[in-house]
Amino acid sequence: MTAVAARNAAEISQRGRLRHVGIRQCTEGIIEWSLWGLTMLSVLTTVAIIAVLVWESTGFFTMAGHDDVTVWSFLTGTTWSPLLGAEPAFGILPLVTGTLLVTAIAGAFAIPVGLLTAVYLSEYASPSTRGWLKSALEILAGVPTVVYGFFALTFITPYLLQPLSESFGTYNAMGAGIAVGIMILPIVCSLSEDSLRAVPQSLRDGAYALGSTKFDVTAKVVVPAGLSGVIAAFLLALTRAIGETMIVALAAGGLAQLTANPSQQVQTMTAYMVQIFLGDAPANGIEYRSSYAVAMTLFALTFAMTWAGAIVLKRYREEYE
Amino acid sequence: MTTIGQEIPIATRRRKDKLMLAACLGATTLAVTVLSVLLLSIFVQGASSLSWSFLTSFASRKPAQAGILSPLMGSLWVCAICALVAIPVGIATAIYLEEYARRSRLRNFIQLNISNLSGVPSIVYGILALAAFGRCFGAISADDPLSLGDPDGFFYLQLPFGRSVLAGGLTLSLVILPIMIIAAQEALRAVPPSLRQAALALGSTRWQMVWKVTLPSAMPTMMTGAILSMSRAIGEAAPLLVVGGVLLLFSVPENLMSDFTVLPLQIYNWAGRPQAEFHKIAAAAIIVQLAVLLAFNAVAIIIRRKLQRPLQS
Amino acid sequence: MSHVLMDPATTIPQAQSGSTPTPAPAGTPPLAVEMRGLSAWYGTHQVLQSIDLDIAANRVCALIGPSGCGKSTLLRWLNRMNDTIAGARASGRLSLHGLDLLDRALDVVDLRRRVGMVFQKPNPFPKSIFDNVAFGPRLHRAYGRTDLEELVEQSLRASALWEEVKDRLKKSALSLSGGQQQRLCIARAIAVDPEVLLMDEPCSALDPRSTASIEELIRELRENYTIIIVTHNMPQASRVSDTTAFFDEGKLIESGDPDTLFTTPRERRTEDYVSGRFG
Repeated sequence: MTAVAARNAAEISQRGRLRHVGIRQCTEGIIEWSLWGLTMLSVLTTVAIIAVLVWESTGFFTMAGHDDVTVWSFLTGTTWSPLLGAEPAFGILPLVTGTLLVTAIAGAFAIPVGLLTAVYLSEYASPSTRGWLKSALEILAGVPTVVYGFFALTFITPYLLQPLSESFGTYNAMGAGIAVGIMILPIVCSLSEDSLRAVPQSLRDGAYALGSTKFDVTAKVVVPAGLSGVIAAFLLALTRAIGETMIVALAAGGLAQLTANPSQQVQTMTAYMVQIFLGDAPANGIEYRSSYAVAMTLFALTFAMTWAGAIVLKRYREEYE
Repeated sequence: MTTIGQEIPIATRRRKDKLMLAACLGATTLAVTVLSVLLLSIFVQGASSLSWSFLTSFASRKPAQAGILSPLMGSLWVCAICALVAIPVGIATAIYLEEYARRSRLRNFIQLNISNLSGVPSIVYGILALAAFGRCFGAISADDPLSLGDPDGFFYLQLPFGRSVLAGGLTLSLVILPIMIIAAQEALRAVPPSLRQAALALGSTRWQMVWKVTLPSAMPTMMTGAILSMSRAIGEAAPLLVVGGVLLLFSVPENLMSDFTVLPLQIYNWAGRPQAEFHKIAAAAIIVQLAVLLAFNAVAIIIRRKLQRPLQS
Repeated sequence: MSHVLMDPATTIPQAQSGSTPTPAPAGTPPLAVEMRGLSAWYGTHQVLQSIDLDIAANRVCALIGPSGCGKSTLLRWLNRMNDTIAGARASGRLSLHGLDLLDRALDVVDLRRRVGMVFQKPNPFPKSIFDNVAFGPRLHRAYGRTDLEELVEQSLRASALWEEVKDRLKKSALSLSGGQQQRLCIARAIAVDPEVLLMDEPCSALDPRSTASIEELIRELRENYTIIIVTHNMPQASRVSDTTAFFDEGKLIESGDPDTLFTTPRERRTEDYVSGRFG
């Protein structure tokens, strides 16, 4: 029976019209090249970003009539007052320290809370609690950043900070920093958790079998084993904090000053760019051009951090078996 | 052998164990509390301003009469443009990287480049978009644009795009492209190699394999990724602020060259004002924004649950 | 049944019931593990049915039987690794040198330093070789540096790994071969000075040569430890064990001297299994 059926199948199979091999090869080629072309768009994006930033920054540093503005004075100057006074000053340090202050506050909040929550999710929580908490974190991750800015302005500062101390103004680094911390919390948490859960169960079993408590298993085996992913998560989250714009534009204030006092207002690099592009400055003036040099600095900083994260992941990635 | 060392009392170890649990529980509770307080404070501030007319009116200098029709429609337009560009390009890139590219230096470079792009602050994309879409890198003067079609009709284009809704949508597609690519790549990687081998063993070409076997299997995961990317796009404000989204607008987009504003920009505008009445309507706009996002997420979850069949027994 | 926790350092493996105050004569060694009517469940699924089995101290006991017969479950009750699995429970009596192992109040952390375990797949921690061996001791005691170094050396010598790794103790344990990794895991278990060593198919992921070296090690280690080994490999069971117990469908079918069990089994099912007719 099977032999007959196989013969029949072979015969019927021959009835179809043979497709042209040449046409097929041609289409395949066209498709592959189109896909390659679309892939190159992302490379092109990077090239274009760098080109635009370098071009416009060069324009800023070589602008006629402003010979005192050099790369060196820009990177080391401690006064940033492009809009105020008769003699504008372009020393980016106040913007950099403002950015770093907000980022440090955000990290001080989000890193410990995020890591401990990740440990709870990965090591302690039951599957249903875990699912429930993960959805809550997903909601937190999807909230637009402008909402956190609003939250800093209308809740954190007036209801949490100002009752603590009268030195907090409407705009301050602390409120913005905490809001940025809340924003990056889901990133720290979910990426760290992924990395902790990737640690094989067999390692936990091995540690328990030696007489470990849960603390021993978590702190001495699981977290060290997943450390590269955890550190990469921290770096990614801090990169996001540095580049965050809307929160600081709303809540950190608009005064660029060199201070480490979190109750003061600070201006970050991103907030300055918002101020310029919202039209406080004429489009061909030096103030406007300066925003590109600030953007170049910001880009270099975040690029370096993303790079560092990739290296940490690649170099220290744990092969468990 | 082990008698040499000083015994660590078991009670000490148990205490550390308890402390750890307390710290983890504390952190988790804090995270959940923060989320609840955030949502609650916004709801309390904004609920009273929500009404049908709030959704269907234009902005106004009087907070009581202001509405979000322009930003709501603007967000829809921008998002649609962004989806039409970023999703196909993202999927195509992922297909090239996962199914075509050989494991070469070039592929590693492109991959590294994509992960770096996903770390670039969104406002920097705004600067690129302003130069590229807004000004065509200075190649065409904005005072003397190239026009195509009837300025009052639906089919109307001009170069450079300027502060148009098309420029806005393209800007956001730049922002979410790396996220979309990474999500699509993960979806493709989840398709078991045995399926691909089965298709190739039947004599299918690479593209036939991708189109008929890999893509359909990866589609549900890809769509989830696409929706999550779009929810990122709909919340972005910073790059649009640079490209020239308008903070106060009294119209809705009529064609690709219309002026536009989006919900996050409107929220930013109202939240930045000192008067408490504007904070109220900002909160109301946030509620609308969160509702849209929640709908996005719900669709993503439904797709994940319903369409995701097991790919391997 | 007394629930006294004994300091392992001062405990010489010996029957606790006091029935034989004089050293047991050769051939009838003291009992290490005693099971009476031991049943176990995962949820509603019963995996062990009323097991009665005695395991002598300083001997190797092999548990054999087809997959899913409950032998691994039995092993995991001996150091209470089943506590990490939701829905696992047991009834009856299971004692180690008189210590009731099914007692809810039993301190499992303390139990596990007295009962070491080697797993099916080598599972060294992604740390250095030294830190792997020192991991257990560091949990339980505070050591001086030289003591710890000596302890690591002795443990590695005991698992016959010292000569191969003495020059690279700071290297990652993951750089070792599969067989070396498994011996490292044995050294890691030995370092906390357990009374009993549980081995859950310790050679199933290894090549024949590594298997031979582990088997040799098991025969040598029984001088100091009571060893209970689960294996699918019947020649291995006959080579390494002093007692072999055959399990099927959660029941203990037959146990005794491996030579007898493999050549002239009392039960039909044992005969079918050892002659390769099922399982």
